[in-house]
Amino acid sequence: MTRRVVGPFNRVEGDLEVMLDVEGGHVAAAFVNSPLYRGFEQILEGKTPLDALVFVPRICGICSVAQSAAAARALADAAGIAPPRNGRLAANLTLAVENLADHLTHFYLFFMPDFAAAEYAGASWYAEVSAQFRAQSGKAQTEALAARARFMQAMGLLAGKWPHTLAVQPGGTTRPLTESEIFRLRRIVREFRAFLEARLFAASLETIAGLDGQTALERWRKQARAGDLRLFLQLADRLDLWSLGQSGARFLSVGAYDEGGGAFLFAPGVWHAGTVLPFAPHQVSEDVSCARYVGGKAQRPAEERTVPRYDKPGAYSWCKAPRLDGEICETGALARQLVDGQPLVSDLVACRGAGVGARVLARLLEFARVVPALERWLDACDPDGPWCMPAPLAENCLGVGFVEAARGALGHWLTVRHGLIGGYQIIAPTTWNFSPRDADGQPGALERALVGLPVPEQGTIPAVVHHVVRSFDPCMVCTVH
Amino acid sequence: MKLIWLQSGGCGGCTLSWLGYAHGPLLEVLAEAGIELVWHPSLSAASGDEALALIEAYASGARSFDILCVEGALLRGPWLDQLPSGNFHCFGGGKPMLDWVLRLAMRARHVVAIGSCAAFGGITAAGGNPTDAAGLQHDGEIGGGVLGPYFRDAVGLPVVNVSGCPPHPDWITETLAMLAQGRLTADGLDEFGRPRFFADRLVHHGCPRNEYYEFKAGAEHPGEQGCLMENLGCKGTQAHADCNLRLWNGEGSCLRGGFPCIRCTEPEFEEPGHPFNTTPKVAGIPIGLPADMPKAWFVALAALSKSATPPRVKENATAERLRRAPSVKRSKK
Repeated sequence: MTRRVVGPFNRVEGDLEVMLDVEGGHVAAAFVNSPLYRGFEQILEGKTPLDALVFVPRICGICSVAQSAAAARALADAAGIAPPRNGRLAANLTLAVENLADHLTHFYLFFMPDFAAAEYAGASWYAEVSAQFRAQSGKAQTEALAARARFMQAMGLLAGKWPHTLAVQPGGTTRPLTESEIFRLRRIVREFRAFLEARLFAASLETIAGLDGQTALERWRKQARAGDLRLFLQLADRLDLWSLGQSGARFLSVGAYDEGGGAFLFAPGVWHAGTVLPFAPHQVSEDVSCARYVGGKAQRPAEERTVPRYDKPGAYSWCKAPRLDGEICETGALARQLVDGQPLVSDLVACRGAGVGARVLARLLEFARVVPALERWLDACDPDGPWCMPAPLAENCLGVGFVEAARGALGHWLTVRHGLIGGYQIIAPTTWNFSPRDADGQPGALERALVGLPVPEQGTIPAVVHHVVRSFDPCMVCTVH
Repeated sequence: MKLIWLQSGGCGGCTLSWLGYAHGPLLEVLAEAGIELVWHPSLSAASGDEALALIEAYASGARSFDILCVEGALLRGPWLDQLPSGNFHCFGGGKPMLDWVLRLAMRARHVVAIGSCAAFGGITAAGGNPTDAAGLQHDGEIGGGVLGPYFRDAVGLPVVNVSGCPPHPDWITETLAMLAQGRLTADGLDEFGRPRFFADRLVHHGCPRNEYYEFKAGAEHPGEQGCLMENLGCKGTQAHADCNLRLWNGEGSCLRGGFPCIRCTEPEFEEPGHPFNTTPKVAGIPIGLPADMPKAWFVALAALSKSATPPRVKENATAERLRRAPSVKRSKK
């Protein structure tokens, strides 16, 4: 057996290293290491609760609004309030713009450039794919960056700036929108839709969102002449990205985009072998047996304290090991769409597996499902209604906030003692996905997804390893924080 | 000029802000300015062993490069045997990022701190600073950091601090272009090493809430239109940056977004000594004075302007939308 260290990984957000135990040309075991610790949970202790809104977005430059929204929900929960309708819509809009921009960054800048790797140079599709997706010079990449910059101008109006806004508050938003600003926002969304329909799909969003299974997808594909989705599907078949990198974990979604009255655009739940069960927050725990912290066995987030210990024996990552009722979970767009029962994703997973292909396709499908929701939320804003309400906190209280970030389930657990933050725990999507082993030696989702991949004992690490790792769209700065 | 970009103990938000550059395709703009991205963690193809070999070649001097950009604070902790180990952040097989940055900084022609973390320690150094985070050449307001106060680059410049949390995409792009073209001199930097083209302005300049400021008509709650300096902690009159002259993401800024300036371009902004959204006051007068304003005059003018506040301004200050429009004046016929 040979141990190989793969890293540093670039084109992921933050720092990542993977150790692979290779036996007979295949990965026998994988260990995922998040090699950066900054200590936000320690920094937050003793601060005024509302100051969390300044600190937590700065955990992550790519999921900044998601962190902010989770903190706002934890504070609102502690205060026992809910924002007025406009505030809820503005929070949805702000979070959705970030999530969609992240999906775009992932596909064009992080994931696809790996198919321009030298090892594919002989493939029939290589010339076309590398011309479009080669890092820094591909045509698609240049166009996507321009579309992203224009789309992010929505943040100027919704949130003042991005990243690191303070506009998302427990009581709503600090940025009431006027009729004329809503008009300009509609224009920005319209241009983004045009980019997606021309470049990514070469079809209307409604056509893509309406594909209700593999048969429909195949029928659509046969007549498709252009678009990056068509190119991706071609790669997925040729390289069998469908079966590649399956984690076999449960799929967790905490529910995406609050539609009011307890409803979500994408429902919360836990998907396991075709069945969806309700998500029970009290079943969440974190284990630090193999993480560089004082402690060991699983604890509930509200009862945890984070005390780093670099040289802890047996520990190999700064990432903790979150578990749901003791089980590992995978989270992200694929989890959201599976839990929500989206027909195409459900059918694909049932027939071809929940691997790299399904993860990426679910993300692309979210463009087609979320952009129309953006248009609807903008129409529903009422410039004359209230946007923000006060959220006074008691001296001693508890709050929990859940949000679906681009990469999946994000939870904040807040304890207020004597008017100050007594405890603050964060479990980010990639903490779930890139979890290390727990007290029972149970590996995390990526650690399982890597097992069995063909990797030589020496020489270049094959691109499949990169495809599997990046298909999760890891955000390492959130993972450890 | 060849550029290497490393991400140290930060959030990656400086890069993400930069990708929102709006005056043309970023990579083309850089190429036109004569800048070649040799390695950037979000943009480069090279990963793993290949990336490591590349960076090692530049760190050892086998290959030469020109600009080192560091994003994120330098984590000195944990301390082992009374020495900073840097082990809170390892890069490339267990080597502290701190070591990579020090080796590369000695080989670079220019060293640029991207964002307030790399410049001063920033948000990563907040609270009890659990990782012993510092900037490249500043530890908060104190000169020093990991490179020491006497560090100068090949042309005699200190570390160039493109501060901000995050910095505006233009600040980064324009600083790099000026360096590549030899147009950034020591005179172009302020006392904290910040390029003066953006740091010689105050966030207050161009603030759309100026009429409320003039009459000290303050908002009381988030979302209201009044000045955020009186009650809600705004530091725009002290913070060095052109955020309300050069807008963010199209038409934005913190003030335009309805929330206070937290002076994120300044060292030690992360520990203001009071809750961020509350203005500390003594006897009803805000403690933090506007830059260059004598206290007695500020108190006198504030009292005078407050008594002269037009009802329209007063009423709109605590409302989420305009309640009363300015009166229309007709020319005398």
